[in-house]
Amino acid sequence: MLTDTGDDWRRISPKYLALELVSIAIFGLVTVGGATLLAVNTSWGQTFGWIAPAVFTVVTVIMLAVAPRRVRALGYRLRPDDLLFRRGIMFHRVVAVPYGRMQLIDINRGPIDRMFGLAELKFVTAAASTGVTLPGLPVAEADALRDHLVSLAESRRSGL
Amino acid sequence: MTSEGEWKRLHPATPLLRGGIAFIAVLGFILASFRERIVETAVGSPDVDNFVVEIYERGQLGWALGIVITVLLIGVAAFTLSWRMHLYRINAEAVEVKSGILFRTNRKARLDRIQDIVITRPTLARLFGAARLELSVAGQDSTVQLSYLRGGEVEKLRQEILRLAGGPPPADPATEKTRDRPADPAVPAGSLVNIPTARLVGSILLRWSTVGFLLLIGALITGTVLDEGLTFALLLVPVILGGLGYFYSHFTSSLRFSIVGSSDGVRIGYGLFTVSNETLPPGRIHAVEVFQRVLWRPLGWWSVRINRAGHGPHHARSKESAIVLPVGRVADVERVLALLLPGSAALAAPGAIRAGLLGSGRMNGPPDSTGGIEFVAAPVRAFWLRPLSWRRTAFAVSADAVLIRQGGPSRSFVVVPLARLQSLDFRQGPVRRCLGLAQLRLHTVPGPIACVVGIPTADDAHTAFAAISAAMVETTAEEPTAEEPTAEQIGAAR
Repeated sequence: MLTDTGDDWRRISPKYLALELVSIAIFGLVTVGGATLLAVNTSWGQTFGWIAPAVFTVVTVIMLAVAPRRVRALGYRLRPDDLLFRRGIMFHRVVAVPYGRMQLIDINRGPIDRMFGLAELKFVTAAASTGVTLPGLPVAEADALRDHLVSLAESRRSGL
Repeated sequence: MTSEGEWKRLHPATPLLRGGIAFIAVLGFILASFRERIVETAVGSPDVDNFVVEIYERGQLGWALGIVITVLLIGVAAFTLSWRMHLYRINAEAVEVKSGILFRTNRKARLDRIQDIVITRPTLARLFGAARLELSVAGQDSTVQLSYLRGGEVEKLRQEILRLAGGPPPADPATEKTRDRPADPAVPAGSLVNIPTARLVGSILLRWSTVGFLLLIGALITGTVLDEGLTFALLLVPVILGGLGYFYSHFTSSLRFSIVGSSDGVRIGYGLFTVSNETLPPGRIHAVEVFQRVLWRPLGWWSVRINRAGHGPHHARSKESAIVLPVGRVADVERVLALLLPGSAALAAPGAIRAGLLGSGRMNGPPDSTGGIEFVAAPVRAFWLRPLSWRRTAFAVSADAVLIRQGGPSRSFVVVPLARLQSLDFRQGPVRRCLGLAQLRLHTVPGPIACVVGIPTADDAHTAFAAISAAMVETTAEEPTAEEPTAEQIGAAR
């Protein structure tokens, strides 16, 4: 029920995979590059310095390898009265937020998001721990989804 | 009663109580130090020319004196002015406070959003018959503070605010009558729970912090004996003083505890010197935890605390403020829970509270006594995650609440009303997947209680996820906010 990936789960944009790969590549370049520079230039780096670049390289490669599955695991589902959100394969997580509990909805667009024409939707309830952020939505879809959710929340509002 | 929309001032002693005391102390110190010279200048030479010459001749000391006196005068003037500028008013919709001289602030809190009301009477303020009134609405740093007000006025104001605030409609039609609030709510006399002083002292002493304190003192004494120097002995004094201060403040702030249910909410009072009185309007409680410290177990003592949306930074006991029952027996706990969550079918089920407090995996109490509340126990394989407490860990889902039973040697029982639950989170990491377990997190407003069903089987967690998310939606649908028209009503009005 929670783990099935039937048709009623909506996926995020496939472009988000490219975005993830780019951000992981940037992360890899910065960390491996920085660590390599340290290894080359410092005196203690001569002996132990190559451990750090090696570790960062392995981490980056693993992240790149896992990224497609992680992106595929991200999804949401609009049920009649609440929103389901799921993410993660290794650390699987499913969150249910009734529309009436939503306090506000944010749309964030970082520089890389803008390059790909994507946006990130964030749902905020009165509980700080809800933490539902839905990345990788095409801008038009994000706007439409936000308006839809706001109108749903409006009609099902409950006081705190 | 306060007439609507009229701006009012605070207690005239306010500047004094809010820091003016320090000014008076400084003034007093200066007057005492320079008494003779001041008398000399005042009596001996009343001539203005002479006074100026005196100051000039005394050089820097004279100038310093002049500056200090000027600063004091300006300070007193500023405090008085700020008191004159500090105004509040209450009307049918909101409480409004205006303050500030250079930087004006205007804070307005909607009455139907008020989460709780605290009246505090610090020792000094009590001398002047003044009290502080704090209104919390949900969110960070969102208190409206009226400090200080006249003693008689505070009580009237509290009643007025609560009458206007109303509070959300109760979840159960059985308690519907409380919606038609009388203008002057009848408060039943006497507390629901009386804490004998001996039990209060015992409850404060029987904690791990006491054990740690005694160990520290023991270590220091051993050190003194072995070392034969004064180093450890000198450390001993501040440690003992600090420890005693900690226990003393705990003790005095929990003394004279009372909890009373009234038609406008739950009233909790405590404190010996600084007296606090708190009112929680109905339906403001997001989670309740009944917990038992390890050392309390032989005595059967429990404590109750809550999660709620508003908590001001100036709360009398900021960390402890979530505690609504410092210590009590099972019968006391049952009464307090019934007061905090009136009309909860889950808690009304006979034996449900006892099963939650005292039950264990194998023993849910006699099956007929739980009255339909079925605790789902954790499986044996959960031993690997919680070796001490897996046997006790269990949860139950009823139509209006989730009950969580947990805890190893120390025990805890959490009740989360579904009508206040914000969202529901199902989690499964690699370890739990290997064991066929999962975790359910119930998100409420931030507070001391983490509502987590830690180690159910994955199947149980799936079933519960479906049940809770459906029930959560139903309780939302049942409770439209009375004050705000729904979208359909707005549409109809057009």
